[in-house]
Amino acid sequence: MLFLSLLTACASGPQTQQLLTAPSKLPPRVELRQTPFFAQQDYQCGPAALATVLKASGIDIDAEALVDDIYLPARKGSLQLEILASTRRHGRLPYRLAPTLLALLDEVAAGNPVLVLQNLGLDWIPQWHYAVVVGYDLDAQKIILRSGTQARHISELDTFELTWARGNYWGIVALSPDRLPATATIDGYLRSVVSLEKIARHPDQWRTLKRAYATALTRWPQNLIARMGLGNSAYRLGELDAAAQAFRTALEDHPEAAAAHNNLAQVLLEQGKLDEAQTHAQQAVALGGKHAADFRATLADIQRAQNAPR
Amino acid sequence: MTFPQAAKHTVIGSLLLLFASMTVILPMAQAAMIGTGQLMDQTRAQQDRNHVKTLLQRAELVAQLEEAGVDPAQLQARVDSLSDEEVAQLAEHLDQLPAGSGILGTAVFVFLVLLATDILGYTEVFPFVKKTIN
Repeated sequence: MLFLSLLTACASGPQTQQLLTAPSKLPPRVELRQTPFFAQQDYQCGPAALATVLKASGIDIDAEALVDDIYLPARKGSLQLEILASTRRHGRLPYRLAPTLLALLDEVAAGNPVLVLQNLGLDWIPQWHYAVVVGYDLDAQKIILRSGTQARHISELDTFELTWARGNYWGIVALSPDRLPATATIDGYLRSVVSLEKIARHPDQWRTLKRAYATALTRWPQNLIARMGLGNSAYRLGELDAAAQAFRTALEDHPEAAAAHNNLAQVLLEQGKLDEAQTHAQQAVALGGKHAADFRATLADIQRAQNAPR
Repeated sequence: MTFPQAAKHTVIGSLLLLFASMTVILPMAQAAMIGTGQLMDQTRAQQDRNHVKTLLQRAELVAQLEEAGVDPAQLQARVDSLSDEEVAQLAEHLDQLPAGSGILGTAVFVFLVLLATDILGYTEVFPFVKKTIN
């Protein structure tokens, strides 16, 4: 009896209570009915949930196609990191939400289904499960998920909060590079984009990156890293004029940005504009900083080109 | 089966390492452009150091994933789409990280505990349980 009453004492989610009592701008009821559904096969809730958010973002894919990407037979399940990697491989940016119900429901209200990790069991009997939140009803205190074999699983909001908390509040949206998550912060969004840049090696990936940086600039037009990212991805695509333009804009907004001087110098060198290249490389070297060795290398390259017989 | 397991692993490991070092390119090795990631956290030198460090872990991870039953044809693509930081995490903790599966078979005691907690709305394992809270 004591055991049970202890449990009941715990069985209410603090965030749920706060959400229901504090005023918020959330619409009281949302359901993204058009979100596709893939019934889980065997232990493959990972592929099913990932296919749901990828397809909702406009990619033609089903759960079976993702088994090879993320299913780990020995663990009879899928790992979060592999879900992130697979999302990137399919040209979508995984964005990790802030660990709050409010952020989660904000994304749903903005039309973005959220892939969540839940521990449906207890910490010492974990039942790890991926599902996709597609709706909620604040008055009825319910949350609606594509989950397992249920296309429309309705759960108590506070029970969900507990199972989600045991999954460390892990939730991601997977959006096309043309769209920002509703709750995106500039830092979080750039981290997501840069983690794609770190593994990028195909032109398709650089095109995705270029679009993502351009999207970031629509909300944060003065952001130096996003502007540099735009220039770098244009450069990787061989679009030297566009790259130079991005680095020039970066320098208008941030005249002391040594890396922008350096990258502009490199582009100008490749365009054969050696004098201007040298000016910017010298400015980068003069400004110095943690990339100083690279700046000196750029300047040396330019001077070699200047001394080469024409 | 007289070939010792450990020696077999070493051979496979070194072959995979060779393979990985041939196929994994330095992402930012081109010209003296400062990459966007370098602006956010690491310099090129740090990035290169980490990359060399994780080459070994990449090979390890390939072996671990293969042992865990991943189709050999998919191994390289799966590991290649992970960043160095992610490879390091996975190679070190592959067995401990949560693997979302949905509901696994559960023993009788566990079943009873989870049934009780389900009824109380503390867990949500069994779809047939109707909640009594609120």
